[in-house]
Amino acid sequence: MISRIILATAVAATSALAMGSFAQGQQDAAKASGDLRPASSFTSIGDPTQRSLALFEEAGKVIAHPRCVNCHPASDRPLQGNAMKPHQPPVVRGAANMGAPGLQCTTCHGEKNTPLVTTSIRSVPGHPQWHLAPIEMAWEGKSLGQICEQIKDPARNGGKDLAALHEHMAHDSLVGWGWTPGDGRDPAPGTQAVFGEIIKAWIATGAVCPKG
Amino acid sequence: MQISINGRPRELDVDVDTPLLWALRDDLGLTGTKFGCGIAQCGACTVLIDGNPVRSCVTPVSALEGRDVVTIEAVSGPEAEAVQKAWVGLDVPQCGYCQSGQIMSAIGLLKIEPKPDDQAINDAMAGNICRCATYPKIRAAIHAAAKTLEG
Amino acid sequence: MNLHIPQLTAGPITSRRNVLKGFGGLLLATYVPMQGFAQEAGAQKPAALTPNAFVRIGRDDTVTILSKHIEFGQGPWTGLATLVAEELDADWSQIRVEHAPGDAKLYANLAMGAQLTGGSTAIANSYEQMRRTGAAARAMLVAAAADAWKVPAGEIRVSKGVISHASGKSSGFGAFAEAAARMPIPQDVKLKDPSTFTLIGTDLPKPDSFAKSHGQAQFTIDLRDPDMVVALVARPDKFGARATSFDDSAARAVKGYLRSAIVPQGVVVFAKATYPAMKARAALKIEWDESKAHALGTQAIVADYRELAKKPGKVAEARGTPLDKISAGGARVVEHEFVFPYLAHAPMETLDAVVKFDGKTAACHFGSQGPTIDQAAIATTLGIAPENVSIDVALAGGSFGRRATAGGDFAAEAAACAKAFGENVPVKLLWTREDDLRGGFYRPLYVHRMRGTVEQDGSISAWHHTIVGQSIMGGTPFEKMMVKDGIDTTSVEGASDMPYRVSDFQCDLHSPTLGVPVLWWRSVGHTHTGFAVEAFLDMLLEKAGKDPIEGRLALLDPKAREVGVLQAVAKLAQWRGRKAGDRGYGVAVHKSFDTYVAQIAEVMRGDDGAPKVTHVWCAVDCGVAVNPNIIRAQMEGGIGFGLGHALFASLDLDDSGKVVQTNFDTYRALRIGDMPKVHVVILPSGEKPTGVGEPGVPPIGPAVANAWRALTGEAVAQLPFVRGGTA
Repeated sequence: MISRIILATAVAATSALAMGSFAQGQQDAAKASGDLRPASSFTSIGDPTQRSLALFEEAGKVIAHPRCVNCHPASDRPLQGNAMKPHQPPVVRGAANMGAPGLQCTTCHGEKNTPLVTTSIRSVPGHPQWHLAPIEMAWEGKSLGQICEQIKDPARNGGKDLAALHEHMAHDSLVGWGWTPGDGRDPAPGTQAVFGEIIKAWIATGAVCPKG
Repeated sequence: MQISINGRPRELDVDVDTPLLWALRDDLGLTGTKFGCGIAQCGACTVLIDGNPVRSCVTPVSALEGRDVVTIEAVSGPEAEAVQKAWVGLDVPQCGYCQSGQIMSAIGLLKIEPKPDDQAINDAMAGNICRCATYPKIRAAIHAAAKTLEG
Repeated sequence: MNLHIPQLTAGPITSRRNVLKGFGGLLLATYVPMQGFAQEAGAQKPAALTPNAFVRIGRDDTVTILSKHIEFGQGPWTGLATLVAEELDADWSQIRVEHAPGDAKLYANLAMGAQLTGGSTAIANSYEQMRRTGAAARAMLVAAAADAWKVPAGEIRVSKGVISHASGKSSGFGAFAEAAARMPIPQDVKLKDPSTFTLIGTDLPKPDSFAKSHGQAQFTIDLRDPDMVVALVARPDKFGARATSFDDSAARAVKGYLRSAIVPQGVVVFAKATYPAMKARAALKIEWDESKAHALGTQAIVADYRELAKKPGKVAEARGTPLDKISAGGARVVEHEFVFPYLAHAPMETLDAVVKFDGKTAACHFGSQGPTIDQAAIATTLGIAPENVSIDVALAGGSFGRRATAGGDFAAEAAACAKAFGENVPVKLLWTREDDLRGGFYRPLYVHRMRGTVEQDGSISAWHHTIVGQSIMGGTPFEKMMVKDGIDTTSVEGASDMPYRVSDFQCDLHSPTLGVPVLWWRSVGHTHTGFAVEAFLDMLLEKAGKDPIEGRLALLDPKAREVGVLQAVAKLAQWRGRKAGDRGYGVAVHKSFDTYVAQIAEVMRGDDGAPKVTHVWCAVDCGVAVNPNIIRAQMEGGIGFGLGHALFASLDLDDSGKVVQTNFDTYRALRIGDMPKVHVVILPSGEKPTGVGEPGVPPIGPAVANAWRALTGEAVAQLPFVRGGTA
């Protein structure tokens, strides 16, 4: 169970060990997460607060997944791949979170995932709204508790109440891309529907956040 | 299928997953757009689609319905003129292979940001690799073109 | 204005070699009569004057220079044309440039005896030859004008493309082109005194800039022909594996797919266009025989090399008793080890070649860096005589050494593909980026073990340098020339002959044999020897308490040309020491290919913790500066190339021997934001010109390492600075 997420924020200069423990821990977590338990499997937890906590930790398998965190970076540069390395080429978020003038997300990312015949990269991800989460929605480097508080805070979640938050998590198609990321990319665990149910149940149980 | 290339409709007899790059080069004979990596890492294949720089090596022709593709062979307008004049005037190219893509990206930048500073140039041109490292001259040429556009 | 559009050589697949055949017997080794050219080329162009194999003058006054050196960025087109135009007294706006076709009799590199571009020799070997060529053509034009005007030749003046006489008669070159062609070819021409040069030493517009800025320059990949077939080769994962069988049943579903065949390099896929070939290749199922394949990873290789480095190898150069002094040195000994990775050249245009084989002759068109080698390789592959192989040389999108291999690797591969296709149509072999990076012919991996002693008085008393790495020349036709007593000179160049005066010195070499194909890479041995010597020396000078500039100067012969560039670069950078605030400063000086370059790097710690190089100052002494703008551009380019690899690039093999980095996402190239501001000063010199394509590369890595050590105290032990592809 993930109780704390620490993501690599930088790879230090001179050492091959640089990407060591931080990113590695995150990758292991992603791999180990496997499937997503349905919300119904949490009903055995009688205490609503404990159930809410457990539900959010389950949701954390998705939230902390590279498919999600890579586009919720703490800097102006997205991350890339299961190893969550800084995006190559070194693109920046730009004023509208859609890239810099002359090198916008759409320079490389189309409306759909594009399969490639090369052996180095199997597909280029795509979506009609491909963009970065605004900087106030950054998840990279934060604990699950911090992310939880953040996504409930309208000042840091794009002005959403809990219902709107559920709608975003359960039905936004860019969020949904995380489960259909194209060849060569591990999808987020479970399905968006199961994830949506977990978020719904978490809200219904008081939207309790893990500590720390 | 039919797509608009350089202002006129062109008929293509290729599979719809064919990257625009290869349709341009092999089927339409527009070889100014170059192949460098095939995975949108180097920018040599950059064209303008609806005025914005796009990597043609990862853009299937199926995505081009109703859109307008412009290549180095036909790019025009004040930004293009200013950029290409600066490129020649400063003798930017060495081997020259990446320069079509560099120029298309520079034009795309100047269309949105007519007076870019060094950081804006870095950000816009970060996706275009030049193994000859003509970067100092690319930077100087973009500044020179911006000056020309200022009038 | 299209004055600078070159007459590019691409187009329908024809062979200009047939044109040359028309010459028959040559009157002179280098000069050939012009009628052959005039007949053939005259079909479409005005009857061209060809006073020799290098210059064609058209009726329209254009002067076309045939460049015996391939243009892939280092500027020989401009350089050779400058030399001819100077002595011809042409106006620069008349000048056009084309590649000369493959013909060693006419177009040999005089430094090598074969038609080959490399070793930064293009200007050095052509300086006299091209000036004589221009002077001879000028004399023939003057003779023709003298005949026509009935005045003594000695009274005729030529300036900026205009032939004139005091009587008022005046003409461009074109009017006398044909008459001049019939004039005897002067064998003894007087060259200008350098003080009267009007073009050499000035910044001339490059003849290829316009085409390259308008998508008009044609590279090999751009060649088209209605009958052309595209060939991609499916290659093994491991070096030395061979295809034994393949199943193309899935590939047959790809529209445009033609067929496949086994070739020595793998399985070639033929298709009507590139993308179908890519799709079909991806759909092939292939059985590989890996029994003889290389199966050692980078980690194991480095471990083995480190072990080897503990013992001295074959001695390349030795004086005094350095090993004894070091054994007895105690605390005065400084020791350091450097590990340099395999590096790929990764030119922007991947390897490609077009070959049309009719069973008896092969017409080839590609960016051939060594046409003489490639002709032989193609001929051998096809089982025909080299004279039945014609090569039209195309512009190439970079090389950095990759387009010349001792065995003409990709030329032979293209020939094998054409032979396998078996029809008399142009077959275009194309490599993808993955093919390029997985394809071998890397700068070898090296381990350097350095030991030295610093005496109480600060003097450096002993120096022992052990190098471990594959020989580039061993096992190639160049072995006889380049490997002496077991020492490949390209493994130790820049180390065994380092310029610093240390009384007790030894440089020795281990040359293990591995199945990873290796190759020269922009500046060859100097890529690693320059780093090891300059970074280690800097550590010794630090221990001695000496300033990096003063310390180096004190160790150099005062007459050495390194002194001039060191002093010049210190002045240019306003050198004030190794550190100032958050900036470190490092210097390095290195001679390669007889050109001397010193560089100072200013380095900060970047946001990502990696070195961020903000400024580089560079002083270069390359003798007479023929094209100052190109020299500056080559220093900038060399610095960018050297810096990008030192910071980011490593071509690694996994434990099974497979290549890890297969595209620019992981084989990281320098990008515009990584490029420092570069300031170049060219030392005035009357010495014969030497090359500039490579010598800008060696000093930048150690200059950055030295600046980084000054800033952080960390001595770099392994390149690149930033590992793991991205940072």
